[in-house]
Amino acid sequence: MSEIKKIKEQYTSKLDELLDQNKLNIIKTELFGKNGIISTRFKQLGSINEKERKSYATELNLLKNELQELISKKNEEIQNEEINKKLNNDKIDVTLPGRSYFAGKIHPVSQVIDEVTSIFSEIGFSVEEGPDIENEYYNFSALNTPDNHPARDMHDTFYLEHSKDLLLRTHTSPVQIRTMLKGKPPFKIIAPGRTYRHDSDQTHSPMFHQLEGLHIDKNINMGHLKGCLYYFVKKFFEVDKVKIRFRPSHFPFTEPSAEVDIGYKIQDGKIKIGEGDKWLEILGCGMVHPNVLKNAKVNPKQFQGYAFGVGIDRLAMLKYGINDLRAFFESDIRWLEFYGFDPLDIPTNYRGLSR
Amino acid sequence: MIISLSWLKNHLDTKSNLNQIAERLTEIGLEVENIKSSNANLDNFIVCKIVKSQKHPNADKLKLCDVDIGIGNLIKVVCGAQNAKDGLFTVYAPPGATIPKTNMKLKIAKIRGVESQGMLCSGYELEQSSDQEGILELNKKEKNIGEKFFKNTGEKTIDISITPNRPDCLGVRGIARDLASAGIGRLRKQPIIKINQKFKNPIKVSIKKDKGQGCGIFGSVYIKNVQNKESPEWLKKRIISLGLKPVSAIVDITNYIMFDLNRPLHAYDADKIDQEIIVRNSKKGESFEALDNKKYTLQDNMCSISDKTGVLGLGGIIGGTRSGTEFSTKNILLESAYFFPSPIRKTSKILNIDTDAKYRFERGIDPESIKIGLELGMCMILDICGGEASKLSIVGKIKDERNIINLEIEKFSKVIGFSITKAEVKKILSSLGCSVSMSAKKMKILPPTWRPDIKEDIDLIEELTRIKGYDKVPLINPEKENIKETLTNKQKLFHFAQRSVASKGYTEAITWSFTDSKIDNFFSESKSAIKLSNPISSDLDVLRSSLYSNLMISAKKNIHRNFEDLMLFEIGPVFKGNKPGEQTTIVGAIKTGKYSRKNWIEKERNFDVYDIKNDVLKTLYEIGINIEKINVSNKTKKWYHPGRSGLLSLGSSSGPELAYFGEIHPFIVKNLDLRTENVLGFEIFLDNIPESRKKIREAKPQFIVSDYQKVARDFAFVIDEKYSSGEIINLVKKIDKQLIKEVKIFDVYQGDNIAQGKKSIAFNVTLEPKDKTLSDKDIEEISKKIILIVQETTGATLRS
Repeated sequence: MSEIKKIKEQYTSKLDELLDQNKLNIIKTELFGKNGIISTRFKQLGSINEKERKSYATELNLLKNELQELISKKNEEIQNEEINKKLNNDKIDVTLPGRSYFAGKIHPVSQVIDEVTSIFSEIGFSVEEGPDIENEYYNFSALNTPDNHPARDMHDTFYLEHSKDLLLRTHTSPVQIRTMLKGKPPFKIIAPGRTYRHDSDQTHSPMFHQLEGLHIDKNINMGHLKGCLYYFVKKFFEVDKVKIRFRPSHFPFTEPSAEVDIGYKIQDGKIKIGEGDKWLEILGCGMVHPNVLKNAKVNPKQFQGYAFGVGIDRLAMLKYGINDLRAFFESDIRWLEFYGFDPLDIPTNYRGLSR
Repeated sequence: MIISLSWLKNHLDTKSNLNQIAERLTEIGLEVENIKSSNANLDNFIVCKIVKSQKHPNADKLKLCDVDIGIGNLIKVVCGAQNAKDGLFTVYAPPGATIPKTNMKLKIAKIRGVESQGMLCSGYELEQSSDQEGILELNKKEKNIGEKFFKNTGEKTIDISITPNRPDCLGVRGIARDLASAGIGRLRKQPIIKINQKFKNPIKVSIKKDKGQGCGIFGSVYIKNVQNKESPEWLKKRIISLGLKPVSAIVDITNYIMFDLNRPLHAYDADKIDQEIIVRNSKKGESFEALDNKKYTLQDNMCSISDKTGVLGLGGIIGGTRSGTEFSTKNILLESAYFFPSPIRKTSKILNIDTDAKYRFERGIDPESIKIGLELGMCMILDICGGEASKLSIVGKIKDERNIINLEIEKFSKVIGFSITKAEVKKILSSLGCSVSMSAKKMKILPPTWRPDIKEDIDLIEELTRIKGYDKVPLINPEKENIKETLTNKQKLFHFAQRSVASKGYTEAITWSFTDSKIDNFFSESKSAIKLSNPISSDLDVLRSSLYSNLMISAKKNIHRNFEDLMLFEIGPVFKGNKPGEQTTIVGAIKTGKYSRKNWIEKERNFDVYDIKNDVLKTLYEIGINIEKINVSNKTKKWYHPGRSGLLSLGSSSGPELAYFGEIHPFIVKNLDLRTENVLGFEIFLDNIPESRKKIREAKPQFIVSDYQKVARDFAFVIDEKYSSGEIINLVKKIDKQLIKEVKIFDVYQGDNIAQGKKSIAFNVTLEPKDKTLSDKDIEEISKKIILIVQETTGATLRS
């Protein structure tokens, strides 16, 4: 048996044994260290006669490669085994709670404002705002509700002290006037905001939220009003079919005026919008009164259009099954967390209004 | 307005039933609020007789009655009424019956240990009278026992909500007219009244020509030798159906006509009038006792109906007791007048009086109804009470305010979206009482005297649309085209900020815009609060000048319910002045309690200023502020802990104020009884956030990365404690703005080994070269420079 073969057999069997990293390193040094078996053999190549040298060198190289490969395999084996050994001892209780985190919520009124804004944005409305403190002119007179008119009784108004003129707006309609006065037609706006009436019981709260809508252009008629609101109601309640009724009513600032009812029924103790033979009033609307246009410096002979006002809190109550209006503003953390929305749940057209 | 079918049929020939009528009413804008059916429940109420009443064995104020309800044996009923006595006929309600007034359903109950099989009823409980004291006392006989108390319970009533523009529908006839126009039957003609009126009205009436005289016309008739009495059953029933209490024939008749024709009348006891009637403006200080038994002291210029002695009543609002009719009244003066809406409203508002007459006059009464009102009233009084009537006297005259309206028929379709024929216009408007004249081109329309709301063509268009039906209006789908962007930058900012704060764990609250002045004072720098003149309650008396006021109230309520780890925020207006627009939009947030409570992995600790500072900075970053440009200083407001709060401003400490943050002043926390040691908060002033003119894509510079290694070095100094970390960071950064990328404070220490008044501060400086790899020498140089400048500027010493 050649010497090379012997070395090969000897070390192949050595490397086949159970080894640890230390032992492997010793073998590695024995073979490839400065004075290792293989290294020495390479050094001695020059002393071999030329005839044998070539084949010997080839064999030696093969041996070197083979052993190196075996060593590196063994090395990997040992390391893997070590990791595995560690892993077996490395166990934590993943059911233990993690570090503190806090999940905030968006108030349902804010969420509904965003939902409604998204819907009207799709059909060309932009958002306007107005001040919470108003004067009688913007809140009443400009809206065709003169002094000493009984229609003012429909609004129990908060007045500021020492002033007969300054008040908290009773509706978002003054935004109509402000918007028209600062711009030129066409107007196509919605105006969400806080409104105030001197009233407090289960269904009335001294502060609530309204959304005003106004669309003025050259040929906007009552059919457009109907189409717009039908679209809105269907989108908002996220139902395919919805029964809507336009019923004549009276607001000083619109003529003709209408109140809009939607069909509903009570199923398993829950309100179901869109079906059934009961009616629920959800908003007021109408064609903007020519006097209002005049007061807002818009020529009623050239321009006409519609306006509407809807209670945002009421929409939220209907859509999300909330019973008591007053709870909206009591900041009970349990209520807010129960009815609130995740901040990342932003109502959009493409992703849907609500989850 | 309440109507019944039988009353309606006095004015309307119709075969429609109540439900059809109700449906049509709603369709034409007379919204039916409810239909009250006198249902089978009322049949439960039975005429009974108390055979024997004795004291309840266990209660002094209760009685135990043996009651005969006509079933053979007597039943036992417990009764609390004083007037329950042997032999009294009254009304019995069995278990299962629902009391009309209270909607309470009766069941067999033990009252103080004795079982009561039902109940004996008061007039109040049965909605028969306002008398809550005692049970009804019926004038019945033995044979009536067991009879139903409510007769003819089939009659239902409709409650209609009448909008303020429709005074004409505050009378049954007006509703009948609208129904006839809408195709429900035919309006009956008013009967012609012919009475032999021989003598002249002996009471002189004059309307003084005072400034702003509230009375336009005063019509009256004198009826002598009447015999006032209880109204006949049919009239009583009608009065009760209106929710009123029958008083006497004369009063009931005036009320009846008010609800029948929307024509208020007033009856005076003529013998109590001192000589004559003078309609004049009141003088300040004059007073009278009104029929509601209250004494009113008048201001100047209120429309008073007076006699030689003084004020008898307020015209169109309320009469006075001095001239009130009684059962003994012999001669009466019946008034039918026209009062102008505006002064009626003014006077009743000042004196806070609301009556059915005032409600009608302030909406506008048909001035032409004076005569028919007098005639009908007179006729009914003569019928029921007998007597003899004078000739009518009608004093005064008012201008006919009606205009002839030109209606262009094209305008209808332009506004409403469908077309209508001239014939239809004529038919509908005529049926509503308009005079219509047509030429080839134009339609001229004169509205009736009872429709003060019809003034111009759009009013007519509304009438036509509502009678034709709103369901005829076509549905035009909306166009999906935007004139401008949905939100302005400011509005976008609002939405970003709202969701940004919420995403940091804060829960959004929406609280009143008003608050308690006592609490708001803590958070206000202004001396003059914006007070409401009529707050809903005394603790909601001012407009808030800070979001903290209500957030603290909310926090307190939650903490007292043991929800002590709280993160709440609100975004909304606070008020700086009392003029429209003097408000700003603020994000206010509070944090209280512990960061980690009973958590195995983290040490339990309270929320602190650095938690809230992080929240506010991250929010500012998320809404688009460059963090590099934010200056942090210890400027603060009085409601924060003076040493644990600060200001974030733009550029420098005197730049625009973006936000305050910190610990709420311990004094306030204690004063509000928040029962917690730490309340932290921040306020972001959204209106101070600069609006970026450029879109992000435009504002971003080119992306350049350095290929050279970045290097970091640590430094530690002992420095006078007056120097804030921010100052040191700024000082170091300024040394080489190009090279020094970041300065991080990683240790601050005061105590052992550090001299009094000094602190040790350690920071890490990151160097990021742009054009070459830094050599050891370069690093050495910049380090030396940092040490030198910190030492020279602050007197610090390098810590070894």
